[in-house]
Formats: sequence, C-alpha cells, structure tokens
Amino acid sequence: MATIGHSNINAKLVLLGDMGAGKSSLVLRFVKGQFLEFQESTIGAAFFSQTLAVNDATVKFEIWDTAGQERYHSLAPMYYRGAAAAIIVYDMTNAGSFARAKKWVQELQKQGNPNMVMALAGNKVDLEEKRSVSAEEARSYAEENGLFFMETSAKTATNVNDIFYEIAKRLPRAQPPQNPAGMVLVDRPTEAARASTCCS
Amino acid sequence: MDEEYDVIVLGTGLKECILSGLLSVDGLKVLHMDRNDYYGGESASLNLNQLWKRFRGNDQPPAHLGSSRDYNVDMMPKFMMANGTLVRVLIHTDVTKYLYFKAVDGSYVYNKGKIHKVPATDMEALKSPLMGLFEKRRAGKFFMYVQNYEESDPKTHQGMDLTRVTTRDLISKYGLDDNTVDFIGHAVALHRDDHYLNEPALDTVMRMKLYSESVARFQGGSPYIYPLYGLGELPQAFARLSAVYGGTYMLNKPECKVEFDEEGKVRGVTSEGETAQCKKVVCDPSYLPNKVRKVGKVARAICIMSHPIPNTNDSHSVQIILPQKQLGRKSDMYVFCCSYSHNVAPKGKFIAFVSTEAETDNPQSELKPGIDVLGPVDELFFDTYDRYEPVNEPSLDNCFISTSYDATTHFESTVTDVLNMYTMITGKAVDLSVDLSAASAAEE
Ligand SMILES: Cc1cc2nc3c(=O)[nH]c(=O)nc-3n(C[C@H](O)[C@H](O)[C@H](O)COP(=O)(O)OP(=O)(O)OC[C@H]3O[C@@H](n4cnc5c(N)ncnc54)[C@H](O)[C@@H]3O)c2cc1C
Ligand SMILES: Nc1nc2c(ncn2[C@@H]2O[C@H](COP(=O)(O)OP(=O)(O)O)[C@@H](O)[C@H]2O)c(=O)[nH]1
Ligand SMILES: [Mg+2]
Repeated sequence: MATIGHSNINAKLVLLGDMGAGKSSLVLRFVKGQFLEFQESTIGAAFFSQTLAVNDATVKFEIWDTAGQERYHSLAPMYYRGAAAAIIVYDMTNAGSFARAKKWVQELQKQGNPNMVMALAGNKVDLEEKRSVSAEEARSYAEENGLFFMETSAKTATNVNDIFYEIAKRLPRAQPPQNPAGMVLVDRPTEAARASTCCS
Repeated sequence: MDEEYDVIVLGTGLKECILSGLLSVDGLKVLHMDRNDYYGGESASLNLNQLWKRFRGNDQPPAHLGSSRDYNVDMMPKFMMANGTLVRVLIHTDVTKYLYFKAVDGSYVYNKGKIHKVPATDMEALKSPLMGLFEKRRAGKFFMYVQNYEESDPKTHQGMDLTRVTTRDLISKYGLDDNTVDFIGHAVALHRDDHYLNEPALDTVMRMKLYSESVARFQGGSPYIYPLYGLGELPQAFARLSAVYGGTYMLNKPECKVEFDEEGKVRGVTSEGETAQCKKVVCDPSYLPNKVRKVGKVARAICIMSHPIPNTNDSHSVQIILPQKQLGRKSDMYVFCCSYSHNVAPKGKFIAFVSTEAETDNPQSELKPGIDVLGPVDELFFDTYDRYEPVNEPSLDNCFISTSYDATTHFESTVTDVLNMYTMITGKAVDLSVDLSAASAAEE
C-alpha cells in the first residue's frame, strides 16, 4: 500500500506474467543496471527496493519478484495483497504470453485495490524480427482496461527506467492510510521494545 | 516433474511450509506439492463464501455479514507469543518482511465462572481480582522470583536447583492455593494438563518468563501478536521463502502418491502419471494415512459476532483460557477472538473460536461453557476434526510426518513439532542465530 510521510511514498510493486517473459530481467535492469543473457532464477533474490525521485515526491518501491512460483500456477495471494502497483509482463515474441497477461489483469481487477497502478510491459522489444504481438493490439487492450502500456527491453534497457518512473508519477499522492498499520517485526532485544514496534 | 529432489514436501499447512523454507535455505532441493489449489491446507484462512461452502453446503452467506473477501477466517486459529520460538524463526528466516503484525489486546482466564485478565508480573498480581489480599502478596513474591530468575546466575536461584525441584514443591514454598496454581500453570505457563506439577520446575519458570517478557515487548495487553489478514499468511510467507531459495511449488496436484522401494524406503511421489524422485518425504498426516494413528478429536465452534467478548475490556482480539479444573474436564478449553482490527472481518465484525479436545460422544455440548462467555452470536458453526500422530520409524522409511494441530490457541506446541521434525530430517538443531538477511537484496 502506498503510504505518505514527508512526501515520501512507499509502494509495493509486483511483477506478474508468464515464466520467461522477462520479469526478473526487468527488475535486475532497473535495480542494478545489469542484464544476463541466461538469467537463471537468482536464489535468494526476490525482494528489492529502489528509490525514485519524481517531481513532487520520493517513491520507494518495494519490488516483489515471483520467486518462480508462477511456473506451476502456484503464486500465493499474499504476493499481490496490498500492492500499490503491478507490472504485467509479456514476451512480445510469444502470443501465448500476451493471452496469459490478460488473465493476470483480470485476476488483479478481481482482487480489488481500485487505486492500483497497472502497467503492461511488452518485453524483448529488441527482438523486433520475432515480434508476434503488435503494439497496436496491446495498446488498445491496455487502454480499454485502464493500464498504461510500454514496450520494453531488459536487454537494451529500452523504456525500463521509464516504466517505473511513469508508475511513480501515477501513484496516488494522498491515499488514506490503511486501517491502523501493523508492525513489521525486527530483530532487537527485548529492552528496545518500544523501538521495535516500528510502523510501516 | 521427473526430476530428483532431496525432499518432497506434501501439503502446504504451516508446519510443512516452515520446514520447506528451512530446508531450502539449507540448500536442499525441495519440491513442494499440495492437492488443493490454495495454500495452507488445514491451516488456511477462508473467506465468507468458502466458509459457507464448507459448513453450509449450498446456502449463500446472508448479506448483512458484509463482503466475502473481507473475511479471513483461520481454520487453525492461534496467536503467536511475541518472544516465542515462532517469532524467532520468522525473524531469523527474514520472513517477517512479508508480514504485518499487531499485538493482541487481551489475555484472560476463566476462574470460578468469571473471566479475568491474566496477571503477568508481580505488579499485576498485586492488582488482580483473581486473588484475595494475602494470596496476591504470595503470588506477587512468586512472580518476583520468576522475573529475577536467571538460569546462568545462581544468586537468583535462592538455593533451589530447578532442574530437580518439582513445580509443585516450588509453588508450595510460596504457599499458593490451587486456584492460583491453576491460572499460572494453564494461562501463563500454557500447560495443557497438570503433569507439569510433578516435573522439574525449570520448564514452568521459563514459560512464565516467556509470557511476561512477551507482554513487555509490545506493551500490549497480552503477550501475543497476530498477523494482519489472518494466519493463512504464514504458510504463504514460508512458501515464498522456500521458493526464493530455489524450492519448486506445485498446487492443485491430485493424488500425490508416495512411492516406496523394496526395503520400504521412500523413492518418490507420483501425481498425474509422473513420478518425482526423492530421498525424503515430509507431509501432513493426510498424505500417508497408513503411517499415522488417531490420537484424539478436536471439537470447536466458529462464531461470527458483532461485538467484542463481554468482560474483556472491549478487546478487539483476545485469548481466554478455561482451565480443565474450572470446568471439571480433563483438557483445557480455549477461546480465540479476532476482528476487523486485524483485517480478518469487515468493520464491526468479530470472529470467535471455542475449541477443546473432545472428551465425550457429544462434543457440541462440551463447548457450552466457552460459547457462553461470548454473548450473542450472529452465526455459529460446529466442527470436529480427528488428530493424528505418526507411528512410522523415519530412520527406516525416510518419511517425516507432522502431528495434527491441537486445540490450543497459541503456537508453542506447533513450533516444537516443527523443530523436532527439522532435527530428525537434517540431524541438526535449527540454528536460530543464522543471519539470512541475504534473502533481502535491498540496498539499505
Ligand atoms: C493471478 C492468478 C492467481 C490465481 N490464483 C488462483 C488460486 O489461488 N486458486 C485457484 O484455484 N485458482 C487460481 N487462479 C486461477 C486458476 O489457476 C486458473 O483458472 C487455472 O489454472 C486454469 O488454467 P488455464 O489452463 O485456463 O490457464 P493456464 O495457462 O494454466 O494459466 C494462465 C496464466 O495464469 C497464471 N496462473 C494460473 N493459475 C495461477 C495461479 N493459481 N497462481 C498464479 N498464477 C496462475 C499462469 O501463470 C498463466 O500465465 C489464478 C489465476 C491467476 C491468473
Ligand atoms: N532478448 C531479450 N531477452 C530477454 C529480455 N528480457 C529477458 N530476456 C531473457 O529471457 C529469459 C527469461 O527472463 P527472466 O527475467 O528470467 O523471465 P521471468 O521468468 O519472467 O523472470 C532470460 O534468458 C533472459 O535473458 C529482453 O528484453 N530481451
Ligand atoms: Mg523470474
């Protein structure tokens, strides 16, 4: 949930889409500026944070990658609970992955959070010669469903920062604080009890 | 699926998910399957439609109860001790970053037909209406002894070796009456029966310390915390941990038949005609019904209400323990109540559970004293489930089966089972001091 504090916004952002569409690669490009041709699912890395400054606010994204649980359709509902933003990724060289991206959009619409900012990313735009989903088709689908659309390449970095930046701009600036926020547990000794009830 | 794994875990209940997470973090190759298409197995949280489907068949939930998806009704309701072992496991696996918690408002005990706040310290004991004037002072002294007790500092032992002195002898030194002993033993030390009285007192003293230190940790009215959106979040969070460390997840896998070789050792698991090979299987009792026996039955009532439980100082979340003796029973009864303040129900609604080990052929009526403390309820569902424990020899068949969840409304027995299983599987104790913060590749 996006929360406000001194014009700082914390926003949970989730990536959804077919295995192989390039979700992890987009995160890696955005967070670390890297691209790996044979990106193996990186063990231990499924939670990143990255801060972006937009005109009037500093947005700290907590980015959740799927940890491979999408592979056998076993993603847990907690994954997208409370997400302020989602990037639904398809591989523009693979029409099936576009069809399944639409299912994710439906699922997210069902799950609620009407304020969620949703982006549709047609990834691997560097492979233009293998294109099988046209930009027009994707764009009109996105418009009809209230998403914004960009074609990206994690390989060449095309539109990668842009898509996160655009999300940051669109995040609602004044979201009602969630019904009394819970606490995140941290490892502190009992003596520091007060401090450990740090609130999100 | 035709690959070879170190461990295949069957069922995504909390225990199985914690084990899956710990084993993946250890570097083992884990495949985790569930026959259901959702996480949590017997410890899932249900929305209102799912709750109705389970207990009311084809009926629709009435509109006045609000939106189905505002409900997260635990099928295995339990609170977590703020300083307890589960919290340590959560922190050391860094699973905490997926979860938000809130303190539980109240911890109460049923005594002579009334409910009272459970005193946790000498100061609270002195104020508690649970005891008469002189008893309060005696109890205060006993609490003081427990608070000051440090295992490593003999000066605090007052000449008693608590690994030898029984709880009964320790308590009789302070001259406490049976009523006081009852609430201390069952509502503070969380013993489920009275065996502890004849056991070395150290265990009880450490449990009492855990209780009061947990109360102190968040300055709430109880030693307990509970996740927003219900306990169903916990198995999902540990499953995510396991996946982050390379575990493979497959829900909605029918059958999940465990295969054995000629020597009776586990060989793999078959589902939908494919067999995944493995060295070990970890599962809940429902996946290996021939290797478990029934050890009891839990009876419970699940209630939806529009008010907090009376006489709990308007607690929006509360545990009430009804000690066996107070009810003339062999086992304690537990009341668990949670509400919209933990995001498990829509605004104004409360979910209460009354549970106990069934002792008769009419478990519904056994629950009456617990249900009576709730006041009027909007809806009430009765349920019973059998409890199983493994009877196999894991060293012979490499099958590690969890014990069914008990009727308690806290986690201490659950985590003990998990940690014992981990030790059996890996031959080592969980190192709760390992730093796994690498799981979070955050820049700060
Ligand atoms: C985001 C999402 C979450 C879902 N969660 C559940 C659930 O918790 N319980 C349930 O019973 N049904 C869930 N479903 C629906 C159910 O899994 C599908 O209807 C079922 O898999 C039918 O598959 P299919 O052959 O039509 O499409 P498939 O080709 O099997 O799947 C279509 C796309 O949806 C995704 N997907 C499908 N199922 C899931 C899933 N369970 N979790 C994550 N991604 C999934 C896949 O990654 C795939 O890209 C979910 C669907 C989606 C899109
Ligand atoms: N050519 C090209 N390959 C990409 C791009 N993004 C990802 N890949 C490759 O696609 C494969 C799958 O990417 P990955 O990020 O693991 O996908 P995920 O399963 O959605 O997380 C990897 O081999 C990546 O190197 C891209 O923009 N262009
Ligand atoms: Mg990935």
